[in-house]
Amino acid sequence: MLSLVWLIPALPLAGFVFLLVAGRSIGEPNAGWIATAVSGSSFVATLVVFAGLLERDGENRIFEQVLFDWLPVGSLEVEAGFLVDPLSITMALFITGVGSLIHLYSIGYMHGDENYSKFFVYLNLFLFSMLMLVLGNNLVITFLGWEGVGACSYFLVSFWHTRESAATAGKKAFVTNRVGDWGFMLATFLLWTSIGTITYVDIGPAAGSLTNTTATAIALLFLVAAAGKSAQLPLYVWLPDAMEGPTPVSAMVHAATMVTSGVYLLVRMNPILTDNAQTVIAVVGVATALFAALAAVAQHDIKKVLAYSTVSQLGFMFLAIGSGAYVAAIFHVITHAFFKALLFLGSGSVIHGMQDEQDMRKMGALRKAMPLTAATFIVGWLAIAGVPPFAGFWSKDEILLAAWEVDGIGKGLWAVGLFTALLTAYYMSRQVFLVFFGEARWNDNRPQGQPEVVPHESSWTMVLPLGVLAVAAMVGGAINLPIFEEWLVLEHFLEPVFEYGRLHHFESTTATKVSLAVVAVIAGLVGMAIAAAAWLQKRIPTDRLEPKFLENAMYVDATYAKIVGGPGQKSFDAIAAGDQKLVDGAVNGAGRLVQKIGLLIQPGQSGMLRQYAIGIALGGLAIVVWLLSAAL
Amino acid sequence: MSLLAIEGAATLPILNTLIALPLLGAALVAVLPKNSPGLHRQVGVLASGSAGGLAIYLATQFETGVGGFQFETVQSWIPALGISWHVGVDGISLWLVVLTGVIFPVVLAGIDPHGDEKSYTAWMLLLQAASFGAFVALDLFLFFIFFEIVLVPMYMLISGWGYADRKYAATKFFLYTMFGSAFMLVAMLVLVSLSASDGGLSFNLVELAERQSLSQNTGRWLFLAFALAFAIKVPVAPIHTWLPDAHTQAPTGGSVILAAVMLKLGTYGLLRFGLYLFPEPSVYFAPLLVTLGVIGIIYGAIVATVQGDLKRLVAYSSVAHMGFIVLGTFALTTQAITGSILQMVNHGVSTGALFILVGMIYDRRKTRLISELSGLQKAAPVMAAVFTVSMLSSIGLPGLNGFVGEFLILIGSFETRRWWTVVAAFGVILAAVYLLWAYQRVFHGEPTEADLATPDMKSSEFLVLAPFLVAMVFIGVYPKPFLERIEPSVDTLIEHVEQHSDYERPEDVVVIPAVGQDDSEGAEGE
Repeated sequence: MLSLVWLIPALPLAGFVFLLVAGRSIGEPNAGWIATAVSGSSFVATLVVFAGLLERDGENRIFEQVLFDWLPVGSLEVEAGFLVDPLSITMALFITGVGSLIHLYSIGYMHGDENYSKFFVYLNLFLFSMLMLVLGNNLVITFLGWEGVGACSYFLVSFWHTRESAATAGKKAFVTNRVGDWGFMLATFLLWTSIGTITYVDIGPAAGSLTNTTATAIALLFLVAAAGKSAQLPLYVWLPDAMEGPTPVSAMVHAATMVTSGVYLLVRMNPILTDNAQTVIAVVGVATALFAALAAVAQHDIKKVLAYSTVSQLGFMFLAIGSGAYVAAIFHVITHAFFKALLFLGSGSVIHGMQDEQDMRKMGALRKAMPLTAATFIVGWLAIAGVPPFAGFWSKDEILLAAWEVDGIGKGLWAVGLFTALLTAYYMSRQVFLVFFGEARWNDNRPQGQPEVVPHESSWTMVLPLGVLAVAAMVGGAINLPIFEEWLVLEHFLEPVFEYGRLHHFESTTATKVSLAVVAVIAGLVGMAIAAAAWLQKRIPTDRLEPKFLENAMYVDATYAKIVGGPGQKSFDAIAAGDQKLVDGAVNGAGRLVQKIGLLIQPGQSGMLRQYAIGIALGGLAIVVWLLSAAL
Repeated sequence: MSLLAIEGAATLPILNTLIALPLLGAALVAVLPKNSPGLHRQVGVLASGSAGGLAIYLATQFETGVGGFQFETVQSWIPALGISWHVGVDGISLWLVVLTGVIFPVVLAGIDPHGDEKSYTAWMLLLQAASFGAFVALDLFLFFIFFEIVLVPMYMLISGWGYADRKYAATKFFLYTMFGSAFMLVAMLVLVSLSASDGGLSFNLVELAERQSLSQNTGRWLFLAFALAFAIKVPVAPIHTWLPDAHTQAPTGGSVILAAVMLKLGTYGLLRFGLYLFPEPSVYFAPLLVTLGVIGIIYGAIVATVQGDLKRLVAYSSVAHMGFIVLGTFALTTQAITGSILQMVNHGVSTGALFILVGMIYDRRKTRLISELSGLQKAAPVMAAVFTVSMLSSIGLPGLNGFVGEFLILIGSFETRRWWTVVAAFGVILAAVYLLWAYQRVFHGEPTEADLATPDMKSSEFLVLAPFLVAMVFIGVYPKPFLERIEPSVDTLIEHVEQHSDYERPEDVVVIPAVGQDDSEGAEGE
């Protein structure tokens, strides 16, 4: 059964090729159904492989399949091969699972789009790339998937490419990710020249021979890569803009799967994560979590709130990695995939029902018009806000506990994380109240002549995935409950992957654990209460709660844009002008000089015999004089 | 020349036939009546195409795992001076021969020269023959002749079928390259006369490379003269400015050949008449050359970013790409040089495709200015798709050909030139910047009426680009057939360098084996 692993990415690849050739003639909705079927089959194949893996004992759960030599040159061996282990299969399971639901959702969401089939071409290609990323047995295959998802993200963000903002956002996503790819490549090079392998099963045992400095350098270069793909400070700027893409893309690519690649990469590279590297990762993570949560507080666009929220939640995952809590990181990747995909798809349903309105100030009271969307969205809200027993509570709690237990800066990390959790509960409550509660503001300030907005519930292909994800967001925490040792299913399953790494083992007393959990829940409730007071009961003036400084995410992106568009562009222009005037100018100058010298000596070539005769005579004389002087 | 080849052949003289076929074609085209529409190109495609078929056959017959020259033919030519008709192919030249074989028929069949097809076809065929000759010549004199002959048809193509400033560009191209060649010619004569032994003079490359009888100082000066000639051809920044002018003014077919084949004469020359002929000086000057390579990568990319003319942009991207090849060549590791050689082919494929696409846009819109184009993807989705794939190939997306070469160059260079590689890798970011930005402005955005009226690619035009797309995917996914033919010759070359200089390539790092590493059972740990 394990040997079927190649089928997992091969199915979406086949779907991509088929739809690329025949998609346009198949058209709507069958192109969407084919893509969904392919994705669903890939999920089934993953389940089969998963079952095959479970048949083995804990520490034997490793299976490699090599298809062919990809880049064999000298001592460099790069295979096109797969690695099935608890980590890769866990990732593959939720990628194909959530991915299939989003494919299904897209059938309805993309209804009527003139490039309907092309959307599914990209979606299948994305799924293929994402699966190569997690299933590859070495860093270069992962890099193939890594850049592949980046390219698909570029296609999908700029899907509505006649819109300038969408085109710009797509390009920005790709270029920013390339900065990360620079780190990925150099990390790979340094690893290879240090231990001579880039194959995952060989890295673990060999990692011990790395010096601490080298291992830290490699880890930090991988952090650059991960910060690009997973939108961490300072490379997060592309993700909020990526919301220009169709909403299913935001759910799948920019919430559930692709953006967690950085988390996967760092967890996969756990044998080389030194203490110093972990500290940096934890600080980057918690700083990003706080920063993005503050930005989310003041957004008006329904998707922008979720975008910044995603950046913030990814920060939590990095905090977990930095604390050595790799299981908690992956746990949060999974629960986040459930509730954030749910929230994004829910927002898509709202946007759809509101006839493409994304401004929350023009929404309100939608729970009556869209009851199913509202109910499922509320489940997602409770999950992300950390209300027990919803999924987000368990994973976030584990991260905060791990941070608390870190030596030295642990308490600080925990405090910032806790405050961020409070903010999370606040901004998500604000969103829910603005969109689904309060008074209906659908037609406020509607320009004359525009048709009235009448919100409606979405079709079943869109609502069904919401329902499934809502259930997952409700009970997803069950895969790793810290109540009894044997209930920590995910932890026990993943543990063999961390044989060579510095895995954090929890040592707090039950009393500490419980009190920390209670504090976290209270923080969440406080956040919700403030939001209720401000946005539901209007007891707090709301205009002060949305400062421009936060709405513009502290002007980080604007500053980048100023630097790139100002001095950056100017220096590029100056270099190009130098190329034209100095470098090429010298060449043309030399050419003109030769011409001038030619003109200068041209009178010598007059064709007058007498002149030549004088020249010859003078020359002869000079030779005679020279010979004489030499002889004497 | 072709007669000579047939005389000197015991078995099928495949390399001589390669050179002869397009020459015969050129001769035939020359005698065909001028007003026979289409016939010239048909003959041209047939002649260059049969040479292309033969080149592919050559690749299949090429023995893998062999580092030395294969399919060698030697025929004494001017015995008094030790000059002979000596040709042969190894892993370094094989794929350049195949590229030359394949790209000419595609260009002849697929790109309309817009006027005087007879002379155009004849010059193209002569160019193909001379390019073959330059890549397989193993005699210095013979190489020099081919290296120089190549200039004439290209000069004619640019000045005859090019755009407004074609005369200026063609003259600049010719003079600039000749300037370098003059140094090479002098150096060649000095080398041959100083290396003369009891057996008299010899222009035989293999003999000269093995003899290494020059003093260290002389060798270094001669190397510089050779390197200058090739560096202009590559072109290495800052002696690159003939290139954007030549590329922009050349007709589409000329640009494609210029990028795919002629620039490779420079990088090929650096390997064959640099590293091989002058191992010690190459090692001595390697820091200079890798620095120039890295400067080319960054500089070319920066200047490309702000170009307003799409064709100039692609031309400057060539400067950046060729910088990678120069870096890899003088990094002196198996991976880097193998990557460089493959990248020569890759650059031909991806940049060739981009030039064809830019040509298609120009044919439709009579402009190449980015500012005058917008939203073409709406009107021409197929063209946009092909452009996208070519662009991604050019910026080195894994799964396509460009990545394989770039990755091998960088990982190989990292071993010996760590900090240069760190800077060079920034070129990967910049490549995405200039190409994606250009793509956004030309293909994305709101189309104007003129943009909407732009016709999409015809299926015949798609067929022209199909071989390029196939090559991009094939080399990207399964480069092994290429790599396993290149690598032995690279190893031989590096061994040669090690033998004649104090250079030693870095030792392989020994992998600490995982316990119980078995494909099906493969349990990690103890």
